[in-house]
Amino acid sequence: MTISVETQTFIEENKRRYEELKAAGQQHAPKALPGPTLRGSASIMPGAVLHTETIPGGWYWSTPLKAGEALRIHLAHGPAAVSMIAWSATDASERLNYADTVKVQWTSALGKGRVLFSDMGRVMFSMVEDTTGMHDALVGGSTPASNRARYGDKVLRNTRDNFILEALKRGLDKRDIPPALTFFAPVRTDADGNFRWIEDARQTGDFVDLRAELDLVVALSNCPHPMDPAPDYAPPPVEAIRHQPPAPAADDLCRTATIEAVRGFENNAR
Amino acid sequence: MTQFFASPVRDASSALRDYFVPANAPFSCLVKKGESVRIVDLEGQQAVDTLFYKADDFTERYSSQDTLRVQGSAYVSTGTKLISSEGNVMATVIADTCGRHDTSAGACSCEANTVRFGHQVKYLHACRENFVIEVSKHGMTKRDIVPNINFFMNVPVEPTGELAIVDGISGPGDYVELRAEMDVLLVISNCPQINNPCNGFNPTPIQVLVFGAED
Ligand SMILES: [Zn+2]
Repeated sequence: MTISVETQTFIEENKRRYEELKAAGQQHAPKALPGPTLRGSASIMPGAVLHTETIPGGWYWSTPLKAGEALRIHLAHGPAAVSMIAWSATDASERLNYADTVKVQWTSALGKGRVLFSDMGRVMFSMVEDTTGMHDALVGGSTPASNRARYGDKVLRNTRDNFILEALKRGLDKRDIPPALTFFAPVRTDADGNFRWIEDARQTGDFVDLRAELDLVVALSNCPHPMDPAPDYAPPPVEAIRHQPPAPAADDLCRTATIEAVRGFENNAR
Repeated sequence: MTQFFASPVRDASSALRDYFVPANAPFSCLVKKGESVRIVDLEGQQAVDTLFYKADDFTERYSSQDTLRVQGSAYVSTGTKLISSEGNVMATVIADTCGRHDTSAGACSCEANTVRFGHQVKYLHACRENFVIEVSKHGMTKRDIVPNINFFMNVPVEPTGELAIVDGISGPGDYVELRAEMDVLLVISNCPQINNPCNGFNPTPIQVLVFGAED
């Protein structure tokens, strides 16, 4: 295929801009992310707790979360998996976007120091504490079909139907349900890209703290992840604690760790 | 690169319908159950962002997560069943001369581009602009746009969870062919991205061929 001079110039121009952007990005050295939060640390001051909800196994719960408030998801009663979706409180068409979240941070391994993006290039959550670093961003929550495949023909609650119920109760519908992130679902790929489940990566006492960076509505579903190899469907209750964390400092890790996070927060401020 | 042809390969001249999609452009068409759609990367290194909706109920649509879960692998290639939000098979990949395709990283948008590349690239055309325009022709809105498949895009997911950045792997004439397992609306954004190597810095046209059901 012969390429015209104009096209060649166009390609060279785009390539040059790409190299410039790459060089500029490298000037902002990403901060080394810390390891997971220690279990038993980062306790919430009693006066800071706004609400505590115990979500029974198989059930769902939702809450408004104002910018600056945080949600702790706590495995208080045993290893569980908690799927999450979220909407902007002011415009439900702006919602959690896992694809942009993994793409702009170049990782599906979300953990302390990472942020979660909406489809509008804005930061919805900062992961300010996290004891496992083992969450699923790619496979999603359980569905009627995944429950049937895992547990046979029993009537069991699942994340897809939980989110349908949640959306409908809020005047939204199925079209408003974005793909979910699932906390405490230790999913990785092998060298060939096949998904595998890393057993023993979560235990009683694990928690994640999500600081809202916009006014949000958050929905959680407490159902076993579809890749969980446990033969029985026996999700324990989980605790969800809405609390008021200290205001972020100027050098807040999540806001400054990467150039992408910095730009995301610039979008929040516009 | 291993070749994953279906056999026998049907001649392009036997297609029922033959569409040319210019560089940067959106496109949509209906594909009936049993028909096959072939997406041809005419000049190579062109990402083709693709969505599917059930033709008579757009609330049932492509689900990247269900597709990944059901096949147990992070990549799309021959044999991959594309799964809907309701757990049904929408289409099956029946031929693929490229090797693998991405469905983890979604479409580019003006907004995500500002985060990835800097605010100075905000006013450049992007896939989500294409998707919004194209689904609006069918009565849908931004609410209906979900993470898509990126045909001819190679986004390796490492065992650490990292996503790698690699150049497009398709050459001129490479194609992927899908058999519709239900009547579907196919929606394409022929990706206008010029800020990274996914389109070789030069978006190029593609061809969409629709073949009749095989006996
Ligand atoms: Zn694109």
